[in-house]
Amino acid sequence: MKSFFTKQHQKLIADPMGDQNPITIQVLGICSALAITTQLENALVMTLAVVFVMTSASSIISILRNHIPNRIRIIVQLLVVASLVALVDQILMAFLPDASEQLSVFIGLIITNCIIMGRLEAFAMGNKLWDSFLDALGNAFGYGWILVAVAFVRELFGSGKLLGYDVPGFSYLYDLGYMNNNLMILPPMALVVVGLIIWIQRSRNKDLIEEN
Amino acid sequence: MDLVNIFIKGVFIDNMIFAYFLGMCSYLAVSKTVTTANGLGLAVIFVLGITVPVNYVLENLVLKAGALAWLGDNFINVDLNVLSLIMFIAVVSAMVQLVEMIIEKFSPALYNSLGIFLPLIAVNCAILGGALFMQERQYSTIIEATSFALGSGVGWYLAIVAIAAIREKIRYSNVPAPLRGLGITYIITGLMGIAFMCFMGINI
Repeated sequence: MKSFFTKQHQKLIADPMGDQNPITIQVLGICSALAITTQLENALVMTLAVVFVMTSASSIISILRNHIPNRIRIIVQLLVVASLVALVDQILMAFLPDASEQLSVFIGLIITNCIIMGRLEAFAMGNKLWDSFLDALGNAFGYGWILVAVAFVRELFGSGKLLGYDVPGFSYLYDLGYMNNNLMILPPMALVVVGLIIWIQRSRNKDLIEEN
Repeated sequence: MDLVNIFIKGVFIDNMIFAYFLGMCSYLAVSKTVTTANGLGLAVIFVLGITVPVNYVLENLVLKAGALAWLGDNFINVDLNVLSLIMFIAVVSAMVQLVEMIIEKFSPALYNSLGIFLPLIAVNCAILGGALFMQERQYSTIIEATSFALGSGVGWYLAIVAIAAIREKIRYSNVPAPLRGLGITYIITGLMGIAFMCFMGINI
């Protein structure tokens, strides 16, 4: 029997976390990553939603891959993803109404999150179930950690809180004249924070540097 | 509300890229030269201008709670809102397929330069986002919805052409090596976003 979790499988998960990261390298799935990162909680909910949708969609498409006519594959993929997202949307509305309210259209926009379509098209259409599942998991978490990192920075410096709770040391800082940087809450700063993450990542790994 | 107001609001105040980050993927990936950016921008205006009115009709005649009342009294309580995501994306992908065929026929050069990104308009968040915002904001007539769609499209077009022009120029500058390409584009977009924020809070 073939090994269940080989070196190659490890690579499938590890690559998207680092050198093949969907957001910083592959330029996929950026819209939602930027819009909902003002609070850590939203970022976590979004990450979970994407992990669920992506792993299920990849598995389903991978099972069906030999039966999908090539011409209508995009529509089939979209329909699978859309049904899963509608499911997540309804579940959030029922159990996490606050988060659902704040994420508003961005849950619906998971459908058009290019990570999902991109990985379905590039990987799940041509690979076995287990491989596709791992690839989806890796990419979803690769997306998730950037989301959480950006949200962490923005919530910490923007509103001086984490997950909605006050950070212990901050009260002393306020006494010393420290103020929350409201700019961090505004949408454009998300772009700058991701830009800085890219900067750090690429200065650590010179192979990733682009020509111009 | 005035049609022109809705249009201008879509272009500047609620700009798809700078206020909502919709359609960022193709915005970042296809903005290397002004020519391709121009083509993609026009395609987005066109697709938005078609899909939002179609989805508006669908929303108001089929999906909204009580929208099926025209079928008879039995249907007054039917609420098909659960299906709206699936219906919207189906309309969008069908329309994109159509646009793709039209461009391939009449402008092969543009078709070649847009390459893989034409099918990706189907998954361009700006298009589905347009439909979802239309649903959320409840425009009262189809003309208002179209005006909003065209405004958003033009806003997106302006944004992508502007960033493409800046990226063409920035090739002559000495950007730190790790920031070249994607990194600096993010930061420039952030700065442009801050500039666009001066429109926020304007009520017209």
